[in-house]
Amino acid sequence: MSYILETRGLTQVYGAGTPFERTALDHVDIQVEKGEILGVIGHTGSGKSTLIQHFNGLLKPTEGEVLLNGRSIWDEKGKCSRKTRFEVGLVFQYPEYQLFEETIAKDIAFGPTNMGLSESEIKTRVAEAMDFVGLDPSMAGQSPFALSGGQKRRVAIAGVIAMRPAVLILDEPTAGLDPAGRDEILAQIRDYHARTGATVLIVSHSMEDIARMADRLLVMNQAHVMLCGTPREVFAHAEEIVAAGLDIPEITKVIRELNRRGIPLDPSIYTVEDAVRAIRAYKEGR
Amino acid sequence: MNHSEIIKTEGLTYAYPSEDGTPKLALNGIDLSIARGAFVAVLGHNGSGKSTLAGHFNGIRLPSGGKVWIDGMDTADPDKLYEVRKTCAMVFQNPDNQIVSTIVEEDVAFALENLGVPPAEIRRRVDDALKAVDMYEFRRHAPHKLSGGQKQRVAIAGVIAMMPRCVVFDEPTAMLDPAGRREVMRVIRELNRRFGITVVLITHHMDEAVQAGRVVVMHAGRVLMDGTPREIFTQVDTLREARLTVPQTIEVLFDLNNQTGSDLPIDALSVSECADTLEKYLKR
Amino acid sequence: MLRDITIGQFFPGTSAVHRVDPRVKLTLVVCMIVTLFLAAGPVSYALLALYILSIIKISGIAPKMVVRGLKPVVFIVAFTAVLNLFYTPGNELWSLGFLHVTDAGIKVAVLMVVRILLLIIGTSMLTYTTSPIDLTDGLELLLGPLKKIHVPVHELAMMMSIALRFIPTLIEETEKIISAQKARGADFDSGNLIQRARAMVPILVPLFISAFRRADELAVAMECRLYRGDIGRTRMKQLRLGRVDFGAIAISAAVFGAVIVLGRFGW
Repeated sequence: MSYILETRGLTQVYGAGTPFERTALDHVDIQVEKGEILGVIGHTGSGKSTLIQHFNGLLKPTEGEVLLNGRSIWDEKGKCSRKTRFEVGLVFQYPEYQLFEETIAKDIAFGPTNMGLSESEIKTRVAEAMDFVGLDPSMAGQSPFALSGGQKRRVAIAGVIAMRPAVLILDEPTAGLDPAGRDEILAQIRDYHARTGATVLIVSHSMEDIARMADRLLVMNQAHVMLCGTPREVFAHAEEIVAAGLDIPEITKVIRELNRRGIPLDPSIYTVEDAVRAIRAYKEGR
Repeated sequence: MNHSEIIKTEGLTYAYPSEDGTPKLALNGIDLSIARGAFVAVLGHNGSGKSTLAGHFNGIRLPSGGKVWIDGMDTADPDKLYEVRKTCAMVFQNPDNQIVSTIVEEDVAFALENLGVPPAEIRRRVDDALKAVDMYEFRRHAPHKLSGGQKQRVAIAGVIAMMPRCVVFDEPTAMLDPAGRREVMRVIRELNRRFGITVVLITHHMDEAVQAGRVVVMHAGRVLMDGTPREIFTQVDTLREARLTVPQTIEVLFDLNNQTGSDLPIDALSVSECADTLEKYLKR
Repeated sequence: MLRDITIGQFFPGTSAVHRVDPRVKLTLVVCMIVTLFLAAGPVSYALLALYILSIIKISGIAPKMVVRGLKPVVFIVAFTAVLNLFYTPGNELWSLGFLHVTDAGIKVAVLMVVRILLLIIGTSMLTYTTSPIDLTDGLELLLGPLKKIHVPVHELAMMMSIALRFIPTLIEETEKIISAQKARGADFDSGNLIQRARAMVPILVPLFISAFRRADELAVAMECRLYRGDIGRTRMKQLRLGRVDFGAIAISAAVFGAVIVLGRFGW
């Protein structure tokens, strides 16, 4: 089986040799399958933000390697080609703070222009990206700075999508949004994944958000991979997750409480729909 | 004005000037009164008017129409503005943008220095405030090296050192991670319970609103709902209309009722309450 | 990385030098600078060098750090030395074409180098041992009398301390923006000067917008915390002169006095 992204013994040490030396990643081995949605979870300082900056070569490994389609992203001369950045699109936390152009269309075109695409190709890509994030084509000529916070964020995400990356990585795409805004962004990401078949990585603190859409979850803790697997496999380790300072969904807590009271429901349930189904099945089965 | 109220608004409207000249109504006739010592959560989606409302509680914004009284003082009276701000303090969303000094304790002292409090008393109140938010051991630290939750606690210490009667928190946890959110919520609860400070918490996190004694739901510049968390969160359909979600503990019971036609009480605000109801149902 | 640039580098500590009142330190540094220019001969320079070396010793700051701080000025020092070496008239010792080295030239060059080095080390010791906020406080208090002639001393000091507070925040933000634009394929490392300057736009625009937003929010937050300028303000930290301060003043006065007297004799 070949993986689209892979890390082998990836290690990142900050401030080596100073009193502030800190190991952010410690021999991390990760495999990302082509076309999957992978949720990356971990508290602040767990190494998850460092990890994603390695995937497109923004950081250089202290040790170990990062493979894209089986090939190291760093060549023998110690350089990382800009092409990697276009293949692996990275949307930072609060991406709306990176907007700088006069119009929405120009800002989204920044990535494609850097790729050296033709004028007409850029136009197509911008229109396509705006469509993905639900921005009306009539808004193309407006200033991005007049938009609401949630809309600015969509423009920023479109700016990365327009590069048509094979892997799209989003760091906390829902941070600071209200429940409705959060659901909209997540639905758009899911839709993007369904329509393009791109590989998607979503980084979050919120289990509830991620568990619902990810095929697999990767839990980072103290510079290591703590857990990796389907949401069910991961939530079966609820105690470890809580001990690592992360939250499990409320509904999982309810099911576990019922387990403690002698009602044998599946303890790895993590959505309300599954919980209702399991409760009804149990009730009818008695 | 009733003496037991600390905040009162009457017919409060607020219009933003907009580009095409027609003012946009952000608040449209708010009548609200908040009792001394209360813990009130104001819930609403982005753009519902909740932050604009908060700005009226210490005179950052002044009403376009109607009145706002803080402890009996009209916020529109320029002579009272200083007193209003002393009575009702405010903590903002971004902790970075409200910390003035490069040393934690100096920052906490800022408001007291502005007030002209004698140095020895500033020292005492700063220490007390830092202890109240559990940041005393960090008093000599540089704020930019602290975590988000710690920074926000410093910002809270900076306003409670003024000894206000009321503190308005404008989405204080929106930029924090789960650990930071828990720290800050613990401090907010403490302020209300231990020190009797009136708390108005602007938020869109349901799990935070559940901790309040009263929940006000804003929608389209109006008060849509007003009641105890139990009364509010059981109205699942209305909340969804206001672009809000309900806690999963309630959602599961609500969905179960809908699908099975049973009539379980859906007012479970905590995991154990939800488990209680489900246990009874399953063992029946 | 941008983080490596440190403005007004400060090494926290508890030494006697650290504990001297910032107002006293500021005043002594000014006096030291004046004295340095009144010093004339090797003896007075030696005395001042001894004075500054003792300060380094007492402060507990690694001499390596002090030397490292001189790196950016190596060029200026060398330039001054060469200039003085070749262009001071006197008894010619050696010459090559139009270059003449004189005995006076050597003397002046050496003394000039020592003077500049002492000047830089002496003033750096001020920033090394005084926190920026103490420095700002000290300046505000020392310049306080200027308020009477409507110099906005308090406002300037407040601006300075807010700038100090936000420098690390903005540096962090700049790094984030650079990474974000790099992730969109921005290229900051190639092209000619104009292309490189243009490549800065995607960094500078978001940075300015963010800085203005922060300034706006901070202004509101300060108003909410009852700031209204210099009206009726008190300070938590009261600066009071103590034994360390009087000691520092006495020793420094003795050294500076001696140097000035020696200077009059050309020593």
